[in-house]
Amino acid sequence: MAAEVIYMDNNATTRVAPEVFEEMRPYFCDLYGNPSSMHAFGGQVGRKLAEARGRVASLLNVEPDELVFTSCGTESDSTAILSALEAFPEKRHIITTRVEHPAVKNLCERMQSRTGHKYRLTRLSVDRQGMLDLDEYEKALADDTAIVSVMWANNETGVVFPVEKMAAMAKEHGILFHTDAVQAVGKIAIDLEKAPVDFLSLSGHKLHAPKGVGVLYVRKGTPYVPFLIGGHQERGRRGGTENVASVIGLGKACELAGRMMAEENTRVKALRDRLEAGLLAAIPHAILNGHPDHRLPNTSNISFEYVEGEAILLHLDRYGICASSGSACTSGSLEPSHVMRAMGVPFTAAHGSIRFSLSIYNTEKEVDFILEHLPGIISNLRELSPFWQNMNK
Amino acid sequence: MWEYTDKVKEHFLNPRNVGTIENADGTGEVGSLACGDALTLTLKIDDEVITDARFKTFGCASAIASSSALTEMIKGKTVAEAEKITNEDIADFLGGLPKEKMHCSVMGREALEAAIANYRGVVLPMAEGEVVCECFGVTDLEIIRAIKESNLRSVEEITNFTKAGGGCGKCQDRLEEILRATHAKSLTQIKAPEKTRRLTNIQKIKLIEDALEREIRPALRKDGGDIELVDVDGDFVIVSLRGACGSCKKSQTTLKEYVEKKLREQVLDTLIVEEGK
Repeated sequence: MAAEVIYMDNNATTRVAPEVFEEMRPYFCDLYGNPSSMHAFGGQVGRKLAEARGRVASLLNVEPDELVFTSCGTESDSTAILSALEAFPEKRHIITTRVEHPAVKNLCERMQSRTGHKYRLTRLSVDRQGMLDLDEYEKALADDTAIVSVMWANNETGVVFPVEKMAAMAKEHGILFHTDAVQAVGKIAIDLEKAPVDFLSLSGHKLHAPKGVGVLYVRKGTPYVPFLIGGHQERGRRGGTENVASVIGLGKACELAGRMMAEENTRVKALRDRLEAGLLAAIPHAILNGHPDHRLPNTSNISFEYVEGEAILLHLDRYGICASSGSACTSGSLEPSHVMRAMGVPFTAAHGSIRFSLSIYNTEKEVDFILEHLPGIISNLRELSPFWQNMNK
Repeated sequence: MWEYTDKVKEHFLNPRNVGTIENADGTGEVGSLACGDALTLTLKIDDEVITDARFKTFGCASAIASSSALTEMIKGKTVAEAEKITNEDIADFLGGLPKEKMHCSVMGREALEAAIANYRGVVLPMAEGEVVCECFGVTDLEIIRAIKESNLRSVEEITNFTKAGGGCGKCQDRLEEILRATHAKSLTQIKAPEKTRRLTNIQKIKLIEDALEREIRPALRKDGGDIELVDVDGDFVIVSLRGACGSCKKSQTTLKEYVEKKLREQVLDTLIVEEGK
C-alpha cells in the first residue's frame, strides 16, 4: 500500500484513534480477566467495563444500564427489530424507509417474504434530495404496527432524518421506534432525553473504535427479548462474554467524539464544503446527491455524469485516494445502489456517483490534492465515453 | 475490491485505440447508459482486412479493458477471422476476468458482431428474439447463445455473462426454463451420455469405485498418497485421504479441484466430495 493514503471513506470504516488503542492495550496480555469473575483480577476489568458503559451513556445522554454491548451495528439492528416483533406477536406491520442500510432493509424484507407474508412492510419513499415525507409517515402508522425503524443519517448521502419528530409521532400511537444511528453517532449531537426513541444502534468502527463492537440502546421499560441466548452477561440481555478490549476502546472513542463534536461540525465540515464546492465548480455535469443542508458534516456524494464509478475509484486509488461509489459495478450487483434509485437519481448520474466521507484526521492539503487530480480523471474517462461524445455534438 | 489481472489493469489505465473512425466501414453500438455499460466500436476495413479499430466505452475497468483488448485482437485480422472471436477469447487475452464481470467480454463480442453485420449490411438475428430481461433488454436468442457457447449451468451464471436477471429479478423463472430447454435440446442433439440420470446408491458407489481405481488412486499414489471411499449419501461422496495426502496442507484443493472434478466428469455432475476422517 502506498505510504501516503488519503482516506476519505470514513462512512465505511474509520481509523482506530491512537488514544483508543492505548486505552485498549492493557486488556489483551495483562489485564485479561473475565469481567464476570468473582476474583479481584477479573473484577478490575468489570470496573473498567462499567467506566466504558458510562462514557457511551454520556455521549447519548442516557443511563448506563440502558446500554447493551453487541458485536456490531447489524446485531444491534436485528436484536431491536426481532425483539419488537416477538414482544408484540399480534402486531403484523413494520415501517421502514427505502434507503436503509442492508442490515435493516434486508431483515425487514425477509420478515415480509420469508414468513409467508405474515408481516406487512411499509417502505417510506424519499424525494430527489433524499428527504422523507412526514405526511406519508403519519398515514402509515397503524394500530398493528409493531415497530418503526428509520436510520438517523444515511450512509451514502449523509442525509439526516428528523428522528426526534418521527419518534415522537410513533410514541403518540404507542408504537416502538428504532433508529440505526451508526452514521450519526459521533458526527452530530444526539440527546436521547429529547428524542423519544426506544432502540438505537451504534457501531464502534464508525467512530474511531475497532471493528467488532456495537451498542444497542434500549430505553428503560421497553419490552425486550434477547437475540443471543446464553449467560447472564449484559444483565441477561445479550449472552456471550463481552469483547472487553473493544468495549473499553469504544468507551474511549465516545469520550473523544464528545470532545471532537465541535471540530467535526466546524473544521471537518469546512473541509467537506471546500472539496464539494471545488469539485462542482471544476467539473461540468457534476451533481450533488442529497439535501445540501440536512446532512452530516463529513459526507459529500457527487455524481459525475457519463462516467462509471468503479473506473473513477480505480483511478483515484492510483493516487492513494480512498472513496466509494453507488455504482453497480463496485458492489457486484448490476444495478446502482438502492439509495440512488430510491432518490430517483437518473441512471446517467447514479452509475457515476462518488462518496467522500471525511474525518477529523483529514487535512486541507488532502482536499487540495483531490481537487488537483479528480477533474483530470473525470475528463479522461469522459474522453472514453460514447455518451460524452454525443453530449458535445 | 475486484481481483483484476495485471493485464486488465494495464489495458484499463492505458487503453489502446480509443476514439471513433470517421466514415467507418462498420460500426457496432451495444449497451446503454441505463445498463451501466456501453460500447461503440468502429472499424476500417480494406479488402476484407480490418486495418483499424477504435472504441469508446462507458463502464467499469473490465469493460474498458475488454474493449481495448478486442481492438488489439482484431486489428490486422480478416473479417472472417475476427468473426470467430468469442467472449472467452477476449477474457483469455486479458488473463481472465472475475466471473461477475464476464458480461463485459460478452459486450465486446456483441459490438464486434454488430460492427461486422453493419459492414455487410445485414441485420443481426440477436436483435430480433423476444426480450426476456426487461431491465437490461436481453433477448432469449442472446441468452440461449451464451448458455451454449460458455456452457452455462445456472441462472447465476447467465446473469454473470449476459446481465439478464440481474435487475429486478422477475425473469429468473423464465431464465431457468430457457436453461433447461437449451440443455435438454443439446442433450438430444448430440446424444451425450446422460449426466442427470438417476442412479441407485449401489450403482453410484460402483461407478465411483471404478473411477477411483482407474484414474484417481493411481494419480494420488504417484505422490505417495491414497484415497478411500467411506460413504455415499445422496450426492455427497465422503472419502478419506491417506498416506502423504492425509497430512498435506493442500489436501482440500486436491479433494475439490481434482477428485470432485474427476468424479463429476465421470459419474454424475451433481456430486459433492467431502472429507471424513
